[in-house]
Amino acid sequence: MTRQGTQRIATAVITIVATIATIPILAVILFIVWQGLPALSPRFLFTSPSDGMTEGGILPALLGTVYLTLGTAIASIPLAIGAAIYLAEYAGQNRVTAAVRLAIANLAGIPSIVYGLFGMAMFVLFFNLGTSILAGSLTLGLMTLPVVISTAEEAILAVPAEFRTVSLSLGASKWQTIRHQVLPHALPGILTGVILGLSRAAGETAPILFTAAAFYLPALPDSISDPTMALPYHLYVISTQVPGMPLAVQYGTAFVLLLLVLSLTLVASVIRSRVRARREW
Amino acid sequence: MEERDAVKERGSEERGSEARGIAMPPVSPPAMKLEPPAEAEAAPAGREPTIRLRNLSFTYPGGIRALSNITLDIYPGQITVLFGPSRSGKSTLLRLLNRLSDLSPGARKSGEVLFEGRDIFAPDVDVSALRRQVSMVFAIPSPLPGSIWENLTYGLRMAGITGQEELAARVERSLRQAALWDEVQDRLHQSAFRLSGGQRQRLCLARSLALEPVVILLDNPTSGLDPLSTATVESSLQELKDEYTIVLVPHSVQQAARMADRAAFLLDGELVEVDTAARVFTAPTNRRTEDYVTGRFG
Repeated sequence: MTRQGTQRIATAVITIVATIATIPILAVILFIVWQGLPALSPRFLFTSPSDGMTEGGILPALLGTVYLTLGTAIASIPLAIGAAIYLAEYAGQNRVTAAVRLAIANLAGIPSIVYGLFGMAMFVLFFNLGTSILAGSLTLGLMTLPVVISTAEEAILAVPAEFRTVSLSLGASKWQTIRHQVLPHALPGILTGVILGLSRAAGETAPILFTAAAFYLPALPDSISDPTMALPYHLYVISTQVPGMPLAVQYGTAFVLLLLVLSLTLVASVIRSRVRARREW
Repeated sequence: MEERDAVKERGSEERGSEARGIAMPPVSPPAMKLEPPAEAEAAPAGREPTIRLRNLSFTYPGGIRALSNITLDIYPGQITVLFGPSRSGKSTLLRLLNRLSDLSPGARKSGEVLFEGRDIFAPDVDVSALRRQVSMVFAIPSPLPGSIWENLTYGLRMAGITGQEELAARVERSLRQAALWDEVQDRLHQSAFRLSGGQRQRLCLARSLALEPVVILLDNPTSGLDPLSTATVESSLQELKDEYTIVLVPHSVQQAARMADRAAFLLDGELVEVDTAARVFTAPTNRRTEDYVTGRFG
């Protein structure tokens, strides 16, 4: 066969594969939008459920997910960025570092339900935090750590080495170099990792199942030691536990959750492309 | 001479009694130099070396021995050129002088580097302060992301100097010294990445000069530059040498001969010969130096 022939076949195969891979994503999104959009209204977003959750809106679940995501951010970001800085800039090539890396790699591979059980044992029971926003945030934070650590470390390592050498050679200390030359240029990459980690946390059900989420609450949470409703868990509940649930409400809830997660991802990719366009080196 | 006195004042307190300067005998100007700088020939006599290397050896991790037992004095008010084929240890030597060698973890070093009489590897040495006094210009001119102004004031700001007037004065002075002021004075707040290659290297030189260092180390500063930019950088260095101790790793033997007042020939990590440029390039005592200088190898 001629080279042009194989070239054409390869291009065709790759195009088809790529198209097939895109179809399910588009199908899911379009289906959810088509089914969920009619349910969407200000009343749906800003009122509490009523009549055994078959009526009213999803405000407590929406707010709960926002609280949990914020809590996850607070719990995980400082720790993750600190660990990333340590691994990228300070860690030597020794057994401790190897152990830390192994731990992080394994942390990333643990199923989310295991995080849920661990969070219940550790935060809910052992630290006696109860089923609460705090316990849920800590559990989700733990789950988010490895994602943010590895993306942040990559972002830090992607800062050209000569910036560090030049900075040090001009008499800056190691920390000044990290603070003024490394972190500012790694920040967009770190931010991308953070947002992706958070968007994953926002959509998770299993980790909050035993640590934070409530089936139904008549009132919004007052403090971080209160349990909360949350979108993914609410969706699970109204899809499987409530008889006679109108389909529109289920898909409406799914649509809002999808919108939340996708818009976080969108923000991340906008940041990334804008920084790439502006970067001068 | 005024400049000489200024140089003496700057370092003399610390140098103290260490008066074991290896005085090179003055040599008559050689024929091959077009403009024999009178200052240079006499320079070492009666002047304390700024930097003294004593039996300095350096081995990279993995056992690659980059420098063996180097003993060398580097004097103020002149350009000392370290030349030799690649992998002869020139850059390693340069990086030891302001402890950028610290960035190679696991490397082993023995011997001493004395700057103004003090061992720079002593535990109480402030490495940041050392690097401000012994400043490096790299082969590839690397502006830091940011404006020309930010580049020039970076080291000063990191040292805690933030007075705008002082910064402005130092920026203008160092840009003038590096022959860049006329080209950039109207766009100090534009990105340093918009400068051409030659301008970038002069910016890097100015960035070092802004720190008001004692020693300027230049690691093949004209490697990527066109002949015109090279000439500009070279003439800046010639003008600066009275006030500073300059150590240059040259681009070529030709550049070495053009620039050197004193020249040290390195080969495989050993110091083969060090003498006034006049001697090294016209009447080297070592056969290997002669072979290299005359182009028989390298």
